[in-house]
Amino acid sequence: MTEKELAIKSVEYRKNILKYIFHANAGHTGGSLSCIDLLNVLYNHVMNISPANFKSPDRDRYIQSKGHSVEALFVVLADKGFFPELDLHTLCKYRSHYIGHPTRKVNGVEQNTGALGHGLPISVGTALAAKMDNKKYRVFTLLGDGELPEGSNWEAALTASHYKLDNLCAIIDHNKLQITGPTSEVCNTHPIDAKFESFGWAVRHVDGHNFEQLKEIFDAIPFAEGKPNLVIAHTIKGKGVSYMENVIKWHHGVPSEKQYEDALSELDNAMVTVPDDF
Amino acid sequence: MEKGKAKANLDVFSTTLQELAEHDRDIVVVTSDSRGSGKLAPFGQRFPEQHIEVGIAEQNLVGVSAGLASAGKKVFAVSPACFLTARALEQIKNDVAYSDNPVKVVGISAGVSYGALGSTHHSLHDFAALRAINNIIVAAPADNFETKQAIKLALETNHPVYLRFGKKPMPSLKEENDDVFEFGKGRVIVEGDDVAIIATGETVFPALQAANKLKEQNIAATVISMHTIKPLDTALLATVAQKCKAIVTVEEHSVNGGLGEACASWLLQNAFSIAGSESRFPGGAWGGLFKIIGIPDEYTVTGSQQDIFNHYGINEEGIADTVLSLLNK
Repeated sequence: MTEKELAIKSVEYRKNILKYIFHANAGHTGGSLSCIDLLNVLYNHVMNISPANFKSPDRDRYIQSKGHSVEALFVVLADKGFFPELDLHTLCKYRSHYIGHPTRKVNGVEQNTGALGHGLPISVGTALAAKMDNKKYRVFTLLGDGELPEGSNWEAALTASHYKLDNLCAIIDHNKLQITGPTSEVCNTHPIDAKFESFGWAVRHVDGHNFEQLKEIFDAIPFAEGKPNLVIAHTIKGKGVSYMENVIKWHHGVPSEKQYEDALSELDNAMVTVPDDF
Repeated sequence: MEKGKAKANLDVFSTTLQELAEHDRDIVVVTSDSRGSGKLAPFGQRFPEQHIEVGIAEQNLVGVSAGLASAGKKVFAVSPACFLTARALEQIKNDVAYSDNPVKVVGISAGVSYGALGSTHHSLHDFAALRAINNIIVAAPADNFETKQAIKLALETNHPVYLRFGKKPMPSLKEENDDVFEFGKGRVIVEGDDVAIIATGETVFPALQAANKLKEQNIAATVISMHTIKPLDTALLATVAQKCKAIVTVEEHSVNGGLGEACASWLLQNAFSIAGSESRFPGGAWGGLFKIIGIPDEYTVTGSQQDIFNHYGINEEGIADTVLSLLNK
């Protein structure tokens, strides 16, 4: 997919994220908007995952550790044909499988997540199984920057390096905000890159909203033979809706009808202005 | 009793896994610096490619095991029960049970096996914690036979399982092990109509000793190895509730939330003959004489496993005395 096609997709995805959050009157808006470009590139350019191969042991794996940004995942899975998009009208409704975190009851979801600090250890195990079986699949896991203080991440970071899991790629959605405030003020984890490098990982920084850079970075995996890969994606919480960008209350804020319409107009305008040579 | 051949259930766990691994390259043992205490060093030597070591990191142990299991590995995640079911409880709850990754979670040196090492190393909460988690079988095999069967069955079961082992040599409960072992089906060791002693894990053997002692006083006891705490064999519970005058439960666990309370809960809701309400049992035959033997809710007394058992009446004499006092003898 070209960068222009990806850009158009992301506008559609953002509109859908807002639509389903607005109708459900619930959701993690800011984080879904910050990570959606990452999911877009992963599902439409990088990973070998589709409804047709989802039962295949050779498929790539995607495990979303920051489970609360589930709206981004559901919107992409619907677009990929894992389930009819109409199903998302039941988001967070009584007896719906489409709850506020990923569950395997939804086709296309690998693991039930939601509690933070769980995605990386599971991904390490899944990548380890590939190495043991000489399989070529890769494991991608999306972490929030706010979940890095969970100690289980660092336990898993050690194991990934010990077993030389260069088929594992962790991506940090580094939007620099969490529910209480800036991550640097809540619990400063900087420098993230030096920490992971000292744990034996190969680390790259990327603009998490730049499709050209994202394609280039993911195409370069493994960054170094025998080292697990970390992509620190610099993103903007609430990206694409100006009044939401970098505003903490949109962590799980739901727009009013007026705000929702304003957001759609802004995104429609963005669609019109996607340049041809993007 | 094959006392001469008694081995620790942990040793049987290790040898059984080696036998099985010879024919199944998908079996993987994951340890957290626990290969020694889990008697798994020989396994690691024979099958280095089927052994994953994560270091002292129990949360990671369970998370990694869940990932391995999701990719088709038959995973035994082995660590002392005290750490495994407390520190990594959220990983057991979410990554194994909720995500339905069929990991065999193996808690070793369980209960008060570590004796004088103290409460940090005791697991008196694991039944209670795991009983409240959906989608995991919870079992504590009593003797070497049950251990071997439980491991084989756990391997065949595409479902999360928690197995709990102690490290004391356990004599065989029966001379002939001709029973079929199934999770959720209690094993009747001896039968008698006066009292049912329902025990689990390493407390079944003293329960059997108590039954033999009671026989000398013409009290006939049924002894059940209720190796599976969840799902509980309520059909067997109903049978003994109908025929016996009293039920005593015995466990190497807190009296809160374990085998005893599981039995009590079911009996209260199904078998009590309460004045003015109809018992589900013909004639309301069972009046509800019931006692839970276990570790009380207090700072556990210090000492060896046997010292602790003796202190709390988890031995031949203590169990027999509890039965006698219930029956007013």
